[in-house]
Amino acid sequence: MKKAPDGIYIEDSGSGRRLKSFAYNARIAPYVFVAPFIIVFLIFYVYPIISGFVMSFQNVVPGQTKFVGWKNYKILTNREFKKAIRNSVVYTIATLATLLPIPMFLAVLLNSKKMVAKGFFRSIFFLPALVSVVVGGFTFRLIFGELPTSLLNSVTAKFGAEPIKWLGGPKQWTTYLALLVLAIWRWLGVNIIYYLSGLQNIPDELYESADIDGATGWQKFTRITMPLLKPTTIYVLTISIYGGLAMFLESYMLFNGNNSPNNSGLTIVGFLYKVGWQQNKYGYASAVGVCLLLVTLIINLIQLKATGFFEKE
Amino acid sequence: MDKQIKKKKVSVSTVLMVLLFVVLGALTLLPFYSLFLASFRPGTELMRHGLGLKIDLPSMSLNNYKLLFTGETPYFTWFLNSVKITVVQTVLTLFVSAFVGYGFAMYDFKGKNLIFTCVLFVMMIPVEIIMLPLYKLCISLGLMNTMWGIILPTIAMPMPIFFFRQYLSGIPRDFLDAARIDGCSEYGIFFRIILPLMKPSFASMGIFVGMNSWNSMLWPMLVIRTNDKITLPIGLASLITPYGNNYDVLLAGAVFAVVPIVILFVLFQKYFIAGMTAGGVKG
Repeated sequence: MKKAPDGIYIEDSGSGRRLKSFAYNARIAPYVFVAPFIIVFLIFYVYPIISGFVMSFQNVVPGQTKFVGWKNYKILTNREFKKAIRNSVVYTIATLATLLPIPMFLAVLLNSKKMVAKGFFRSIFFLPALVSVVVGGFTFRLIFGELPTSLLNSVTAKFGAEPIKWLGGPKQWTTYLALLVLAIWRWLGVNIIYYLSGLQNIPDELYESADIDGATGWQKFTRITMPLLKPTTIYVLTISIYGGLAMFLESYMLFNGNNSPNNSGLTIVGFLYKVGWQQNKYGYASAVGVCLLLVTLIINLIQLKATGFFEKE
Repeated sequence: MDKQIKKKKVSVSTVLMVLLFVVLGALTLLPFYSLFLASFRPGTELMRHGLGLKIDLPSMSLNNYKLLFTGETPYFTWFLNSVKITVVQTVLTLFVSAFVGYGFAMYDFKGKNLIFTCVLFVMMIPVEIIMLPLYKLCISLGLMNTMWGIILPTIAMPMPIFFFRQYLSGIPRDFLDAARIDGCSEYGIFFRIILPLMKPSFASMGIFVGMNSWNSMLWPMLVIRTNDKITLPIGLASLITPYGNNYDVLLAGAVFAVVPIVILFVLFQKYFIAGMTAGGVKG
């Protein structure tokens, strides 16, 4: 197919004509455009989900794989797995309880007319998000170190406290605290920015008319700001649940590997990694994967329903 | 009199707010500061005393950085591997997502809602859940220990697809009809008219995808098998040993991995923030 100077295409063969009518066909074009997604989706999502489902009923040994029924699913009653679920759920709830209200509050303060140097503080809070989990996790591993001279222990010592083994110590809450502090450090600034951009969408007139009606600051916050930030909150909630349940590297870095004392830092993905890659029990790991997939789907459906996603459609 | 009191009240709340933010900001910067400080000290001292906050000039030196740049460490091999993967992954992901996002934004077609639900599905399912079968698949496709094994599974990322779809839906479809009348093919419209219009959105999405790629570790850790292909996060993590003999390089290397991104951030702040908040509130 050649292009003539006046911009009209000239056919020189039958295949050229077919190519041309294909290129100009507005009914086929959309499928060509979305084809890359469909191909990737089928190969790298649908196929693994199906093969994972099949493997979950198999004893996977190279050369002699055989079906074993529901046997692999017995792993769900495993004590380690229960601990992993507990850790991931506690972590997710703790991040939701902190990383929704605190950034919302700070964003409202940063957005207020009385605040100065807004851009500067916004950038400072955002900085940790630029750092990889590796560097962040390593730094917090040292901050929460068990040495008496470690940063946190040396601070608590000033208040007369004994040095504590924060990571994987006798008390479970110290490990949770370290994971939570790392999460807050990394995500506070990002969530503040989400809320700040949500606040830009609230018209000033609403606050002005509330002022005329004599509303207090708190009333304005609960009656205007919070309801109108709902889309932002839903989004932050969604990514926080996703991030919370998928958390692995934070714990991996704090404990320098996937093994923590008493599994205090073991997460759901960590358990999957352990069974699949450290113990090479593919069948068991697949059974865990299938269950997690179902649970994630259910959580997402409940959440979409609760937040009115289906009504919008 | 009344006015004076009001003015004073305003400044008090401003002072309180600034105070709160200064404290929080200092806490945010503290880990950076102590890591930076530690990078000028021998790693053995870090093992013995942990991170500190005091500047003690006599014990500080540039030795760690000298070792990083002149010593026989594979640090820059990791660094270059990471740069290569990040660049290829970002360019390909942006292109593919823009292509797909355009299809969703500009056409109505049978099955569109179903396919778009699949995009939603991918967005909601953490890829970690399917990583074991995905891993076995990549083995049978011969993608292990290659850059493509890292890049291909996430090449059609849902977030950029969402973002581009949203961005392009602002362009009136009449615009396309005009191009069609002028004799432009469906793909010509995309490549010659739409792509140039999308430049600003590529900047912010590029930062989003690029940062994800630069910092990603779990999946590359599973795919990569030989030392010469290791990426920076994996390499840095491998230096953390209980004995601390690698801490000299680790400390300087960690700082050196952070500094370029911080410089980029200071220069292109606007795009960073737009990229990070892209999928959020507009959808």
